[in-house]
Amino acid sequence: MSTTERSGAPAGETPSTPEPASVPIKAIRLRHPWRMVFAAVIVVVFALVMIDAAFRPAYDWPSVGKYLFDRRISQAAVVTIELTVFSMVIAIVLGVILAVMRLSPNPVVKSVAWFYLWVFRGTPVYVQLTIWGLISLIYSRIDLGIPFTEPWLSFQTGDLLSLFTIAVIGLSLNEAAYMAEIVRAGLLAVDRGQEEAATALGMSWAQTMTRVILPQSMRVIIPPTGNEVISMLKTTSLVTAVPLSTELFTRSRDISAETFNPIPLLIVASLWYLLFTSILMVGQYFLEKRFARGVGDRQTEKKDPGTATGAFTGVMPVVGSDPPAVIVPPKNAPGGTR
Amino acid sequence: MSATNVPLAQSHPDVPMVLAEQVSKSFGSNEVLKGISLEVKRGEVMCLVGPSGSGKSTFLRCINHLEVLSAGRLSVDGELIGYREANGKLYEMAPKEAARQRRDIGMVFQRFNLFPHMTALQNVMEAPIRVKGLPKAQVEQTARDLLARVGLAERADYYPAHLSGGQQQRVAIARALAMEPKLMLFDEPTSALDPELVGEVLDVMKGLAKSGMTMIVVTHEMGFAREVADSLVFMDGGVVVEAGDPDQVLTNPQHRRTQAFLSKVL
Repeated sequence: MSTTERSGAPAGETPSTPEPASVPIKAIRLRHPWRMVFAAVIVVVFALVMIDAAFRPAYDWPSVGKYLFDRRISQAAVVTIELTVFSMVIAIVLGVILAVMRLSPNPVVKSVAWFYLWVFRGTPVYVQLTIWGLISLIYSRIDLGIPFTEPWLSFQTGDLLSLFTIAVIGLSLNEAAYMAEIVRAGLLAVDRGQEEAATALGMSWAQTMTRVILPQSMRVIIPPTGNEVISMLKTTSLVTAVPLSTELFTRSRDISAETFNPIPLLIVASLWYLLFTSILMVGQYFLEKRFARGVGDRQTEKKDPGTATGAFTGVMPVVGSDPPAVIVPPKNAPGGTR
Repeated sequence: MSATNVPLAQSHPDVPMVLAEQVSKSFGSNEVLKGISLEVKRGEVMCLVGPSGSGKSTFLRCINHLEVLSAGRLSVDGELIGYREANGKLYEMAPKEAARQRRDIGMVFQRFNLFPHMTALQNVMEAPIRVKGLPKAQVEQTARDLLARVGLAERADYYPAHLSGGQQQRVAIARALAMEPKLMLFDEPTSALDPELVGEVLDVMKGLAKSGMTMIVVTHEMGFAREVADSLVFMDGGVVVEAGDPDQVLTNPQHRRTQAFLSKVL
């Protein structure tokens, strides 16, 4: 139906005729000349910087290529990944415990968690790592047993804890303080009615937590946790304070100390860090999708099941939505109506 | 639900399902319930009505120990709620024991409180599997039957966000029924619904009442109360103002406060 047809319809005779609302709007698009200008300027500047970088001798691209897959570098990259994974796993577990402690009705438990956060969030991680590096000076022996009696087991701290272990301890204990706040925010974001409903069904506190509250809080917890993992990956470059020298950044510094050519090795380290963060970002995307079940895919709420499938299916094209925003029941997706 | 489904051995036809004696509840200095005494018989449907803030919901929540009483006694099926009595002393119950009592008391909330990360079917199956430890296949069959009973067999695999309010509330009723409760509590089950969706939920509740379920319903639906309830209790200011046969209370209220309230809602 065209506009001319509509205006040509006899007036007064068809008041009940449905509005021909589906006439597509044909309008001259609004121009944005300044957008084009800005875009062009930015592209030109960016290209100039890139071209300049490509030919600047200080970057020493041939050396970058030579060291990018150097065995010492790739081994160090593995250590960096190990540091990140171990520290993060411990930090998340500890963070959940601390978050639950902070929400505990027991004031002593609550205060302990608060004190932990105050100390570990309130001091720089580099300082903490340095102190952990000196742990064997502070506690030269570790005794297991009942206080004031002969210990059952006794270790020299230096034998028990490798530099790598100390680095993991230092990184994870610091990170746990941040994770605790993230988890706590997630737990508090879940509606109180959820806990009540689970309790009313006779579920225990542990069941309520693991089956109802935590899965829902994941949606809130995952995005900032993804941030923390990426942040942790980069913070591993500080374990030189322990001093652990086998990870990516310290290793590339050590190599450049021999070659007297630091810049290409810094680029090499950066490229590896970038590769890892890129992989982490992809992983986070899929995790977020997984925990958005039942919530993230929320579209228009259906009013009545009968009319919803009949009236909406396939005839609700929404401009700019791809795939088309049509309410599709999970089971009987309407095929071919669109 | 037939009498054979009533699970507990101690169930006795003479014991009232709910017996409240001088139940009081304070939040700090705010006394919300000021000595509620009432009795709900086996198979009885009782409607609690009254202005907001009158303590109806609080009383309902006391029955399954979501709120802890400040004074008085409350027992369900002859069993004291929240406390154990021995040698004339009351002992606070461990969470595990309280949870066991709640298993037998179904509750439906004003805001549905379905678990949004689970489908309708998973919502209904969750408690029987986790709490009762029943085998999954058996639970799924029961859950599908229950969803069919509330008219939602086709919606079993929908997430709550894709269901209307009325459908969500019907799933919530099925979820509570899955635990085979001997008592069902409804806390304003239709107050959060669009007017055109109220009927479908009330229909499910009527069917449930007809099947012999003992029910306590906090509601503003006077038509439902008149049609379905065996008794009606009007509460105001934390006390029972008037109680009795629904028809009588609604058509011929004795108390001034009941008259004032009913003139506004009827």
